[in-house]
Amino acid sequence: MNSERAWRAFCAVLILALGAVWPAAADDSRVLRIITWASYVPSEVVAQFRKETGIEVQVTLSNNEEMISKLRATGGAGFDLAQPSQDRIFGAQQEFRIYKPIDTSRVRLDEFVPELVDAVRKNATVDGKLYGLPYVWGTEGLSYNSSRTKIADYTDLCRLELKGRTAVRLKRPTLMAFALASGHDPFALYHDTRAYTALMQQVGKTLAACKANFRFFYDNKDQLLNGVRSGEIWAAMMWDSGGWLLNRENPAIKFINPLSGAIAWMDTFALPARGRNDAAAYAWINFVMLPKVAALVGRSIGNFTASRGADKLMDPRIRAQFAETFPDGLKNIKWYPAIPAGLEEIEGEVLDRVKAAD
Amino acid sequence: MAETAAGALWYRRLVLALLLAPALLWLLALIVLPHFDLALLSFRARVAPREYVASLAQYRSFFGEPLYWHVFVRTALLSAFATALTLLVAFPIAWIIAKLARGRMSALLFVVCLIPFWVSETVRTLGWMILLRESGVLPALLVHLGITAQPVELLYHDATILVGLVYTSLLFMVVPLVGSLESLDNSLIEAAYDLGGKGWPILRTIVIPHAAPGITAGCIVVFMLTLGNYLTPTLLGGKNSLWFTEQIYAQFITRFNWEQGAAFGFLLLALSTAMVWLGLKASGQRFSDVMRRV
Repeated sequence: MNSERAWRAFCAVLILALGAVWPAAADDSRVLRIITWASYVPSEVVAQFRKETGIEVQVTLSNNEEMISKLRATGGAGFDLAQPSQDRIFGAQQEFRIYKPIDTSRVRLDEFVPELVDAVRKNATVDGKLYGLPYVWGTEGLSYNSSRTKIADYTDLCRLELKGRTAVRLKRPTLMAFALASGHDPFALYHDTRAYTALMQQVGKTLAACKANFRFFYDNKDQLLNGVRSGEIWAAMMWDSGGWLLNRENPAIKFINPLSGAIAWMDTFALPARGRNDAAAYAWINFVMLPKVAALVGRSIGNFTASRGADKLMDPRIRAQFAETFPDGLKNIKWYPAIPAGLEEIEGEVLDRVKAAD
Repeated sequence: MAETAAGALWYRRLVLALLLAPALLWLLALIVLPHFDLALLSFRARVAPREYVASLAQYRSFFGEPLYWHVFVRTALLSAFATALTLLVAFPIAWIIAKLARGRMSALLFVVCLIPFWVSETVRTLGWMILLRESGVLPALLVHLGITAQPVELLYHDATILVGLVYTSLLFMVVPLVGSLESLDNSLIEAAYDLGGKGWPILRTIVIPHAAPGITAGCIVVFMLTLGNYLTPTLLGGKNSLWFTEQIYAQFITRFNWEQGAAFGFLLLALSTAMVWLGLKASGQRFSDVMRRV
């Protein structure tokens, strides 16, 4: 009798416990889960979107590599919208099938800058289907503290007197920049594996010899900005938005277009293959591309968006800074072509060696 | 009569199985199954997009690439060194808590050791970065005291990594040490002194043999924590960290090469198993005795 009661109590506890851990069924249609970069989804835009549509936006901050890895791990589930760079869609889609095609009939395409849509269409089309739409674009160039030093090209970061005073990312953009500065065009060699490997190995040697000059390899923008602000870093590879931000805080810090050319990136909207709320994702895309909203986003990131009407609403100071950095407009800027699958492995081995160098 | 006895036995077994079920399910779902999957991953290689063949390429590339096993050996040696340092620092603390401090004082000292663990590892490590960076607190203090003319960068050295690792693992060494030292009868030490023993021989012949299971337990836990630590070496070591867990992260996340990452993971597992086994053999301890102390 007693044991039977204990048995019943035990079962009851077990059932209760199961109920507690069972995921509460959320109302999917009211939630939009975005995986994106820092400051890409400003909270005021989220609040406006909620007011107009009743949809709650959940943001996960990430970077290109993590976005691909996370979506790969789940087969494209867990998020309804992702924002990878335009050159990182093709290889990832070919290899891991983590996105679904964009239905352009559900997007107000006329809100976008047509040239940017064409650029993405060229790089993010797989098997004839489009997998991305442009969101924000910007450049990566050089920043330096003019009260300490003056530099003109990427390889100047390796000058003797800058020992321990520079910073770069230990990632592929740095390889591209130093390859360009060595007088080669890495993008032209993307499909020539042997020549590309040779070029990367040469760049790796340059970076390894230069390692004493790098104080650290930064993983995020804040780490870099703090390094420059505190005076520990005198010169660094930098995104334009960060460079202009520092310049507004301290006019002695300049952001320049390097002699061998700034590298332009563009981040996109892409739909994860097993996203649950496409309707909300399309609603969000159409909402943030409205010129007024896109201008808010542009101000939050400090970069220009792909919204056609937002350009004129952009902060005049940023427009002035853009004109100062790029007096010739977009002439000496290199755009990333789509990365073929497998290229990152070649670069990875080179980056490993740089990391291990003394 | 016999039937009820059998029934009771069956019932007791059922209760035992049910009580163990959550833990076993946990082990199976979160430890055994993922490792099985990783083992399969580590024995294949990519030949074309979404095309894989069974292969030993991942293990071959580990042994063929000096960089990988250099980092592997370095991680093992630095971890062993950090464990030894932790033991050296923790032993006096444990001795004071177990033998010298009384009542509330002993509890207070224990809490002092515990306090750093009230904040997350990230915050603790970032705290070290604020203290040690060139524009940080400690370099400024050194300049102020006239010890260095310029602020020096104290981050990004192997010594910095070791400081961080010892700090992070101190508690895991102190706890088993206190346990094993408390059970040491004070009269044994007093008797040794009465018989003319001196400090060092007493420590060597009486205290350490008695505390050996606790020491081994602490060393095993600290070594494993250190070997598998990712955050501390990465943040404090900066551009020169070269920790093996970082290689695993890089393979999985930035290279999209799960196969290589899985192989690295298994090599790390083999390394920690081998080192623990060696440690047990060298100290003449039995695993089951040691684990009771943790």
